[in-house]
Order: sequence, then C-alpha cells, then structure tokens
Amino acid sequence: MTRISVSVEVNGQVREAEVDPRLTLADLLRHELGLTGTHLGCEHGVCGACTVLVDGCSARSCLMFAVQADGKQITTIEGLASPSGERNVLQRAFQAHHALQCGFCTPGMLMTLTELLNDNPDPTEAEVRETITGNLCRCTGYSGIVEAALDAAERRRAGEV
Amino acid sequence: MGAKQFGARTQRVEDAALLVGQGRFIDDIALPGMLHACFVRSPHAHARLLDVDVAHARSMPGVHAILTAADLPGPLARERMPMLVPNASIAAAKTQHCLAIDEVCYVGQTIAVVLADSRYLAEDAANAVFPDLDPLPAVSNCRDAVAPGAPTCHADLPDNVVSRFTNAYGDVEAAFATAAHVFRESLFQHRGGGMAMETRGVVAQYDRGGDMLTVWSATQTPHIGRRMMADLLGRSVEKVRVIAPDVGGGFGPKAIFYPEEAVIAAASVKLGAPIKWIEDRREHFMCATQERDQYWDVEIAVDGDGRIAGVRGTMLHDTGAFVPWGVIMPYIASTTMPGPYVIPAYSLDVTVAFTNKVATTPVRGAGRPQAVFAMERLMDRVARELGLDPAEVRRRNFIQPEQMPYDVGLVFRDGKPVTYDSGDYPAAQAAALTLCDADGFAERQKRALQEGRYLGLGIANYVEGTGLGPFEGVTVRIQQNGKVAVATGATNQGQGTLTTLAQIVADHLGCRLDDIEMTVGDTGAIANGVGAFASRQAVNAGSSAALAATAVRDQVVKLAARVLDLPEDDIRIDDGLASGEGGNRPQVGFGELARLAQGMPGFAMMQRDQPGLENTAYFTPPQAAYCSGTHVVEVEVDIQTGQVEILNYAVAHDSGNIINPLIVDGQVQGGVAHGIGNALLEFAHYDENAQPLTTTFADYLLPMATDVPTCRIAHIESPSPLNPLGVKGAGEGGTIPAAAAIIASIENALTPFGASFAETPLTPQRIVETLSAKGAYDQGALT
Repeated sequence: MTRISVSVEVNGQVREAEVDPRLTLADLLRHELGLTGTHLGCEHGVCGACTVLVDGCSARSCLMFAVQADGKQITTIEGLASPSGERNVLQRAFQAHHALQCGFCTPGMLMTLTELLNDNPDPTEAEVRETITGNLCRCTGYSGIVEAALDAAERRRAGEV
Repeated sequence: MGAKQFGARTQRVEDAALLVGQGRFIDDIALPGMLHACFVRSPHAHARLLDVDVAHARSMPGVHAILTAADLPGPLARERMPMLVPNASIAAAKTQHCLAIDEVCYVGQTIAVVLADSRYLAEDAANAVFPDLDPLPAVSNCRDAVAPGAPTCHADLPDNVVSRFTNAYGDVEAAFATAAHVFRESLFQHRGGGMAMETRGVVAQYDRGGDMLTVWSATQTPHIGRRMMADLLGRSVEKVRVIAPDVGGGFGPKAIFYPEEAVIAAASVKLGAPIKWIEDRREHFMCATQERDQYWDVEIAVDGDGRIAGVRGTMLHDTGAFVPWGVIMPYIASTTMPGPYVIPAYSLDVTVAFTNKVATTPVRGAGRPQAVFAMERLMDRVARELGLDPAEVRRRNFIQPEQMPYDVGLVFRDGKPVTYDSGDYPAAQAAALTLCDADGFAERQKRALQEGRYLGLGIANYVEGTGLGPFEGVTVRIQQNGKVAVATGATNQGQGTLTTLAQIVADHLGCRLDDIEMTVGDTGAIANGVGAFASRQAVNAGSSAALAATAVRDQVVKLAARVLDLPEDDIRIDDGLASGEGGNRPQVGFGELARLAQGMPGFAMMQRDQPGLENTAYFTPPQAAYCSGTHVVEVEVDIQTGQVEILNYAVAHDSGNIINPLIVDGQVQGGVAHGIGNALLEFAHYDENAQPLTTTFADYLLPMATDVPTCRIAHIESPSPLNPLGVKGAGEGGTIPAAAAIIASIENALTPFGASFAETPLTPQRIVETLSAKGAYDQGALT
C-alpha cells in the first residue's frame, strides 16, 4: 500500500508520519504517536470516547483518516494540562465531582466539554446534557460529569484556568 | 485510633492519571515485536465445522500464522474450557472449545486466529480464511427451545434443557388453596449486556528463557484467569502471571474467562512473540456474555388485606449455547424473589434452556433485577386489585427490623441459608417516598391530567446478597522509604477499589493516604485472589485490608516501643510516625522502622522477630451480607410518542457502613443509569435463526445524559454483623429495582387507559401499541 506523509500539529507540537491511507486518526495518535489517552470504544462514531479537537472543533478520531488531518491542529486529552503538568479547571472539577469511574470515556467527555465551554462559557444544565449526548458513559450515570462541567464553567468565568 | 478516612468523601486516588490521559488500559500496552490478532468467527448460529481453509490467507502480507484448534499447544487442542461453578442440577455441562472443533453453536464463536504485523493486516487475512461450515437448524428463543421437536442447540444432545431446579419452602399448595385472592402475571424480561465502554482485550508475552507466561487482560478476575490458563495450557500456576491493568468498566461480562484469553496466551507460547488482541465493538455484541431472556409465570396468594400467603410460579431462562458459570444467574434470581417481604410459602420452578446464542452470565444485578420485577409486579397487582396504595401493600408485608437476622427459608448461591443479616426495609421505603414527595404526588398527577399530561409514580424494593466468598486477600507492607505497599487480588474497573482500600489501610495502620502505593489485579503481587463480582470487594478485600493493616500496626507498635524505649501502650501512631512522651527520642518514622525490621547482615534478628513489617490477611465471609433499598420514580409519559421522561428518581440505599459516600453515591447513580437502560432502551435482538441484529450502538441503545436524571439518594446504614467493617456491597443496588420501579411508574401514569405492562425493556413503540389496543387513540378517547 502506498504510504502517505502527514504532518499534524498535536498539542502544539508538529508531528510527522508516513501512514497507510486507511489508518484512522485515532490509530495515528494512539499507536504511531504514542498518545494513548484518546480511547476507542466503538469505532463506529457513536460512543464518543475518541473525541479530539481538530482546529478547535470536536471530531471523532475513529471516523477520520490520519491523512485527513494533514496540516491541521489536533488537541487531545494530553494537551489539556498546563505545560508544567498542572491539570486545568475542568480536569480538577471532574475529580472533585466524581465525574469519572473507569476513566475510559473521560478523554472524549473532556474534549467535548472543552469545546462547549470555549463556545458557551455559561451553559445551562440542559445544554451540557444535550452536548454530551454524543458521549456515552456506562459507569457514572452522567450526573457527576454534568456537575463538573457546570462547576468548571463557573470557575472559568471567575478567571480560573 | 481516629477514623479519619472511613466515611469521608475522599477524592479518588485513581483520577490523577486518568484525567491527563496517562491511564494504562489494555490497548495502551505495546511490546517490542508484538503481533496483532484477529479471530475468525462463525457467521452461523449453528453449523458443522468440516474444515478451515487458511491457504490463501496465510500468504497475505504481514501474516505470521493462522491457528486452528489442532494447532494449539497443550490440552487446548482438544479439551473444553473448565466450568467454574458446577451444580448438581446441570444435566448438560457444556462449555466451549477455545477454538471450535467439529461444531459451532452461536454467531461469533471462535474458529481460528490470525496473527499479523498489524490489526489492519490481521483483519484483511481473517476475511480471507474460509471455514467450511454446513449449517444446522438453530434455536433462537428459549421458549421455542424447550418446545417438543425443537432443533437442538448442540447436535449431540437430545434436547435443550440444561437444568431444572426448584427453590421452595413452606406449604405452597395450602397457601393458595385457602387464600382470599390469587393473582397471576406472565412476564417477559430481557436484559442486554454489560456494555463497558472498553471492550475486552488481551496481551500475552511468553519469556522462553524463564518459561514465564505473562498475560495482561481487561478482566475482573485475573487470579481465576491464571488458574484457567494454567489448566488449559498445561502449565504450573506459578508459571503464569495475569495482570488486569486499568480496566474500562466491567459490569459482569469481564468476570468471565473467555476463549480468546487462552488462545492469545497459547499463541504467544507457540510463536514466542508478544501478541495483542483487542475486541472490536461488533465482536463484543456477538461474543461478550449477556443476560438476555427470562419468562416468568408467577402468582401470588393474599388475604383480604393484601397480606401475602404465598408466591409460586415458573421461570424459564435463556442460557445461550454454553454454561461457563453454570446456572448461578437463574439460581440467584430464584432466591432473590421473596425480597423484603414476609412470604410464608414460596416455590419457583426454574428451567434453564440452551439457545444458539452467546452464553448468558451475570451482568450488574445478576438475575436480581428480574426477580425484583416479578415480585414487585405482583405487589402492584395486589394493590390495584384491592384498591390499596402500592406503598401500603408493601408496608403491610415488610420484614420488620426486629425480625433480623431473618431466615427466608432458601439456600443462596453461596451454599448458605438466605439469612438477612440486617436492614430496615420500612425505613428505606419511607425515606425514598419522602425524597420523591410521594405525599404530594396525587395532587401533581391530578393537575397534570387536567392539562392532558400523564404522570406516574412507581415503587420497588429489593434485597441483595452481596459480599460473597470465598475470600479476598490484602498484603500490607511498610517499605524502607516509609511508603506503604498494599497489594490485593481485588480488581478495579472504576469502582474506586484503590481509594477505598487505601482509606481503610490509612485508618487502621495510621498513615497518610498519599503514602500508600496500591497494586490491584496482579497475580504476581499476592498469591491468592478471586476478583470483582457479586459486589464483593468492599466486604472481602475491605475486611482483609483492615485485618492486615491492624496486624502491621501491631508490629510497628512493638518495634517502636523498643526503639523509643517506651511501653507499647504509650506508642501513638499517626501519619506514618510512631511517637510517645518521655522516651529516648520523640518519634520514629515508618521508613526507619522498616529498615530495622530487615535486621543487619549476619546478625540475629532482635528478639527473634519475623523480618519486615508486613502482613497478608485473607478474610473469608461466613455468608452473604444482604444490602437492601427502595427506588421511587416519578415519570411523565407522552402518550402520542410513547416517550418516557423521568422527572424524579429517589433511592434509599442500605449497604451497611459506608466507606466513601462520594464513591457509593457514584455507584448508585451509575447503577440507576444501567437500570434505566434495562427498563426503557437496551435490547439485544436476534432473528429466528439466532443471528444478532443489534451489533452497533446505533441499534442497541445505551442511556445518554438526557435519559438519566440526577438521583436523590438517602443512605440507611444498617451495619452488617458479618464483617469487621460492618459493610455490604454497593455496586448493584442502583440497578436491581430500577426497571421494576420505572415500569410501575409508567403503568401508573397510564391508569386512565387501563394499561398494564409485563415486560422489560418497555420501548416507546410498545407503549404506543398498548395504548392503541386500549383504544387510547380512538376518536373521542383523547380530550
């Protein structure tokens, strides 16, 4: 199979790889670039565990080919903490509100909610719930996640990062 | 000793890594030279396997090997998998060959495995392996399976009856003969799968030099897996190490030992290369165990006041094509039905039937949701027929707290009498009713009805045997840097096992939570272990953690008394320091004590001490600890669409003393979500040929954030007298009565139409069909 060069900026770092055209973005991130924080729960675009930001917009990395990400900026869960490793306000809220149990859906939840809070700094509970209908969680029953998102939104509005 | 951690809403120690993408799940493990596996699976529900043509696939790019049963080393090549929980009632103890020999009995059954340089190449080649299959008639529904003349699930068996057993006590005939009223219900209940967000997966690495096989598996039960693999591969247990890394949810199906685990391990031994297999979601729908179908035909005898005289009936359970865990799930169901009620006479005849579908084994709740549904449907029927408040009917029949311990009259699946150890059922129901403002409901319902809206309230009670044996172990060891190593055979799939055990150790040993280093789910870390199922780890591992930590604390006190030159009674231990007034120095730290406890090279141990500051405790519970509770649900039903909206969900939950309320609340809330899925959404459809029709999350619906309200939770704490912590299991109570309460609330909402419901899940389509049959859409019926 012809291999194709891709160059993507992942969490602020330019990464280059030679890939099969059929390699998914998720597999590029996980298995070629070693960023295993992004998870695969269904590989058919429903569970949302593989959600990353592509040029700031949430996207299913299981439904994108790596070659489609050429020249784009990707943000994954590994890119949320500060460069010194300080967890951000949303990550801290997740711990405080017990918004994760097994942690498998967590990367997708965090990326979807990161986009939400960027677009809508003051979401209602209904808006948070509607937004994460694209992310399945089997452990928590969602309430901790919703509380964490609302708490993080309030803290962000107060200037916390 | 001050209980600083027990009972505190301590934030979890698990979260730090998971929140930054540094968890280590099975698919995150990458080993040099690792090959990737893809299984060739049966496309038929039942067929003779005549041959497997691998010639073309073998020559495809990147393919290293393709193995069929005959290629496997050791007993795997010919023997079936061991059955974990035998039972004398099982007539046909069929378990699976790890790779099929001669016959396949469900869609997805493993036939061969391809090992290639990447998963992509392995899938390419798996599609080019051609098993020569001669289809046989398949049986899909368990009712059809036990009908005369049905095709048999296995060609060599005369019929599809796996087991028939009866659980009974009291004089049932007399109770029904003399009762004022007898009411009968026929129920169909379906539960889907566990549907953990992480699928199954295995990585195996065989070290030829050391003859050591290391297997990482996304499992709830690594120690059981080790013993299974030792048997199947013909190896010593000590030459197999199984590690459960971070596991992305369990819910029961990952407690089972699967063929793929043995095959990947065997392939690694055979090829001498590390091998990874990650299940995809479609495989998970086909091949990970489920609960699926039960038919209950039950009747209740009551007096004129609604007091129960007896309950009896039959239950038919779909076990699928094999019985890897015997018949424990229908067995549990049959012993759970009496629940919190005084029932003088009870009898349930259970038939377990083979079908050509993947095996059924416990999913969160393990047969109890169905038993509770059956019992609570009967209670609602009594209320309706006698014109009583459903809560009042239940109140009249509750076992009272002063009757504890209460011997139901049955034998539970732990081999011990079903004896409820503690609980306050009336208090739980009262608390849940209050949380749901049940007193104000009639008014809300009336007002809504005036606006053409349909509100309903439903109640369900349950009692659940938790904390089952045989044991779990914990090792506590103080290290020379002062850190405390804690190892256990208990495992973690998100329950907070690390945090809760660390809390217990911190309290009983006297150290800081931050100084505890946990190892869970590694057979290399502790000799004996069992794992996660039956809400058993808080009771078993929690108690062992307390016992081991207390023993180590005693060692610390003895040694510190000598170091500080003080009587043992004067030693205080806190935050990893032993201190006392008036000694030769104020304090000594755990690290220094741990070094002293190693002795000096060549010198005799002081006072012939045992070396090290460490202890391993294995707590063995005498019987199940029975948790209990009540769910009360208020819903609104849109009669045009059949859509159900949950307006209020209240849970009163009694799991004894609570180690960490943050975690227990999370277990309850998550359990309820699972129960909502069972009540309204989740259905594993098969066609009449036993072909699975729901193999994506677009077909099989899981609850979303808009389907699950935030529950109001009240904790009733009736300590268990059966373990040193007074704890009971908390992992399944959120799920067990949920479907019963939700279906009751829908039925209550649709009382104006006389609708009644006897099935789960209850989908919008079924609601509309029922309303339609009741004439709800006839002209003039809607005002």
